[in-house]
Amino acid sequence: MAARNWNPWLRLLALPNESRTKTVLVAFLVSAVCAALVSGATVALRPIQTANRAAEEQARIAALVEGIPGMATLLEQSGGALSTVVINLRDGRAAADVTPATLDAALSDPGNWTALDAGQDLAGLGQRPDYAQVFLLRDGDSVSLVLLPLSGQGYGGRMDAILALRGDMNTIAGIAVTQHSETPGLGARIEETSWQASFPGTELRDDGGEMRFRVARGPASGVHEVDGITGATRTGRGVTQMVRFWLGPDGYGPLLDAIERGEF
Amino acid sequence: MEKRTDLWGTLTDPLIRQNPVTLQILGICSALAVTTTLATAVTMSISLTVVLTLAAGFVSVIRRHIPDTIRLIVQIVIVASLVIVIDQILQAYFAEISRALSVYVGLITTNCLVLGRTEAFARHHRPLPAMVDAFGNGLGYSLILIVIGGLRELFGKGELFGIQVLPLADAGGWFTPLSLMLLAPSAFFLLGLLVWAIRSLLPQQVEAREHTPPLRTEPAE
Repeated sequence: MAARNWNPWLRLLALPNESRTKTVLVAFLVSAVCAALVSGATVALRPIQTANRAAEEQARIAALVEGIPGMATLLEQSGGALSTVVINLRDGRAAADVTPATLDAALSDPGNWTALDAGQDLAGLGQRPDYAQVFLLRDGDSVSLVLLPLSGQGYGGRMDAILALRGDMNTIAGIAVTQHSETPGLGARIEETSWQASFPGTELRDDGGEMRFRVARGPASGVHEVDGITGATRTGRGVTQMVRFWLGPDGYGPLLDAIERGEF
Repeated sequence: MEKRTDLWGTLTDPLIRQNPVTLQILGICSALAVTTTLATAVTMSISLTVVLTLAAGFVSVIRRHIPDTIRLIVQIVIVASLVIVIDQILQAYFAEISRALSVYVGLITTNCLVLGRTEAFARHHRPLPAMVDAFGNGLGYSLILIVIGGLRELFGKGELFGIQVLPLADAGGWFTPLSLMLLAPSAFFLLGLLVWAIRSLLPQQVEAREHTPPLRTEPAE
């Protein structure tokens, strides 16, 4: 404590507890100390938490890949590894100047985000990054599986998921929900494997190329639907819109076209 | 010497004789929710004990300068900040367990046990006895949590700390897991049995009846 503060400090302590000045000052000091404590802990621990979340996401990707029927053999044939590619979403090609290591830095630049207008913004995101990291599994020259990270707006907040598509770029091979804040017991059931089990085999588009995928209200009817969760209509709609946005022209659409043309 | 015995008493009293959970029935919400496995029960116990001890210390240090009008808010702000710090630490270093505990770490803030000790004890005592009392109460809470968590994991899954202790019938052993033990009602049953057992052994804990049954009267004609 500096000598200059000594006197006012003692004067403050000597004030009767019930005085208005002391009440306000004590409240302020306690809040300030607590705020410093909380912010300090949050800032100091954030890198470790981020690393944890990244590790968890890796584990979910691995679990997702393992859960897809026939994946184990496919992985063995391809040498057992997925290749990671950063995609430039504007043209659907591999990004020339951004690598997985520099992706975070690139995305912290607001210039690498595209604002979405209301008509485009199915998933309620407001803006979309121009770069995204996807995972490809190659079988010979063609791509046999692609893992696409998605994000969208659910009922309780942002949801993140990873969708696996088969080589035809139309059949879902699986989904993993990596982060959400939906209602426990209702919308939060999107993270249960029993719900996610209805995704594999579901098709995104009909023969005319029209996007048909949706989360049904109730049991799925038809090859383009997955089962809905009772009591979680808004969550289901969030998932529908998320998939439709990201697999549409403003999301990975250009990438899927490029893969179908055999450019990857 | 006398002071030492006093501190020892402050520390050990809340273990059984003045146990906050079984005698005062405080903080049972989390005691029911996080005791499905021993690991979560232990983590929760440690978190609560640390928060309680530190909060009691802080409150006790500034006890002469807390204006009466805002004393509850000041205490809750201190407790809540400590809880957030603990939650952040758990998320950073024990991510797995932190997910299993979900909101219950955050709910330590509203655990009546914590506010009860800072309000009733720490506000009137010097930091050392206040922290010893808080630590003792934390241990008392932990004891109950660990007993219930251990019983639930043992009978619900045949495991302790995730290690198979009782051979499961599925795997060629003799033990069929009681899945009821993993559901919330079983924690009520166990807690009730525990309270009953402790009050049978220590009859002075039995509360006075709030109502006396009405005397049987002759039915009116």
